[in-house]
Amino acid sequence: MLTLRVIPCLDVDSGRVVKGVRFQGLRDAGDPVELAARYERDGADELCLLDVSATHAGRGHGLATVAAVRRVLGIPLTVGGGVRSLDDARQLLLAGADKVAVNSAALARPELLTEIASELGAQCCVVAIDAARSSAVREPSGEAAFEVVTHGGRRRTGIPAASWAQRATERGAGEVLLTSFDRDGTGAGYDLPLLTQVRAATRAPVIASGGAGGRSRAAADALAAFRAGADAVLAASVFHSGELTPAALKAELARQGVPVRPMD
Amino acid sequence: MREVIIASTGLANIASVTAALRRLGAAPIVSTSPSAVRAADAVLLPGVGALGPAMRQLTAPDASGDTLAAALRERVDQGRRTLAICLGLQLLCRSSAEAPGVSALGCFAADVLRLDSAPSLPHFGWNAVAPAPDARRIPPGHAYFAHSYGLLSAPPDCEVAWTEHGARFVSAVRRGDVLACQFHPELSGAYGAALISDWLGAARVSVPC
Repeated sequence: MLTLRVIPCLDVDSGRVVKGVRFQGLRDAGDPVELAARYERDGADELCLLDVSATHAGRGHGLATVAAVRRVLGIPLTVGGGVRSLDDARQLLLAGADKVAVNSAALARPELLTEIASELGAQCCVVAIDAARSSAVREPSGEAAFEVVTHGGRRRTGIPAASWAQRATERGAGEVLLTSFDRDGTGAGYDLPLLTQVRAATRAPVIASGGAGGRSRAAADALAAFRAGADAVLAASVFHSGELTPAALKAELARQGVPVRPMD
Repeated sequence: MREVIIASTGLANIASVTAALRRLGAAPIVSTSPSAVRAADAVLLPGVGALGPAMRQLTAPDASGDTLAAALRERVDQGRRTLAICLGLQLLCRSSAEAPGVSALGCFAADVLRLDSAPSLPHFGWNAVAPAPDARRIPPGHAYFAHSYGLLSAPPDCEVAWTEHGARFVSAVRRGDVLACQFHPELSGAYGAALISDWLGAARVSVPC
């Protein structure tokens, strides 16, 4: 039976992890290579690395960071952030990514997903969808919907999230990385109605992201996401802070009857 | 340091495979040369992509008329040290529903089918690998999978392991010093590393006493 994957996410700017890392003995910003190795040891099933560099110069570190992480990492690595073309995707795979997450470039030109899937395989083509609750859009069914947003939520697209997930996977995306803009960074739990709508729209695996709670509720949040149909749960702060390891989260989930990969 | 020839089909993403081999102290060399594949102590056949194009690459003759397909078939049939991953396993079979009419390498007398009874496709993520009772050289564990096609029956004269996703399929095959995995050992954490390390160990040239 397939297990629920637990995926720590590293937001990287100019080669450094930038989201609230407070591990003792590590430098403030956090070294992505040290963190990657640590998360694998601590039971992560996969790692996600998002290049959030604000500047072009910062982005230049991206491929070098991917290559350095790959050298130490023996679990799957998904890389996103600023992927605009088939060539960008190819470069990231050559550097050591196993999957490439495409966000706004796929909205602008959905054929990009088809190009990546047919050239490099659907298994490495992830569509990243950021969505916010919205009164502006409805699903074709008439249901109240979530709207795809870009540019850190500053731009609304008018596209319903579930419809986009369906279209993107038909275009070739092999997986959906679904982030709730409303919940991201709040620790209030994954957005279950959003997850349910997107789950119903595609057969491809869906990664729940945005809203993972702290130590006391992380397992309950992951369990709720699993019951809403998530194939994987992504979190950043709760792991970076050292409050919880992926292994501890999975042990709690196993007690609740969720299939997880046991530690070797 | 042990050299491992990675037989390049020009399609596969090999960064993860080369990184895994280096972490285990081996020296990966990517090659398209049939004679290098014939001569090598250890050969790895990676596989990401589709079977049809991969077979076209493997059967394209070099300047001397030799092919990677012939070189691989010979060493696998002799049970020499070869590790085939994901599509690599499927390439060692006779045929695949993914590419009707295309002959694969035919080292394993079995045919690859689409996993039609699977609850989700691709079969994507970590799943349990359960060796058959007589398979002593494939350990149990959890491994990372990313595929839509698979082998639903065990090839004859091989040790196999099974995995369940809707129906059971063959997740690993061992015959002589040949190991073929439907999963990605290079992405399967400590379990995968132990499997590759064991295979590399088997690749050690015996020292005369």
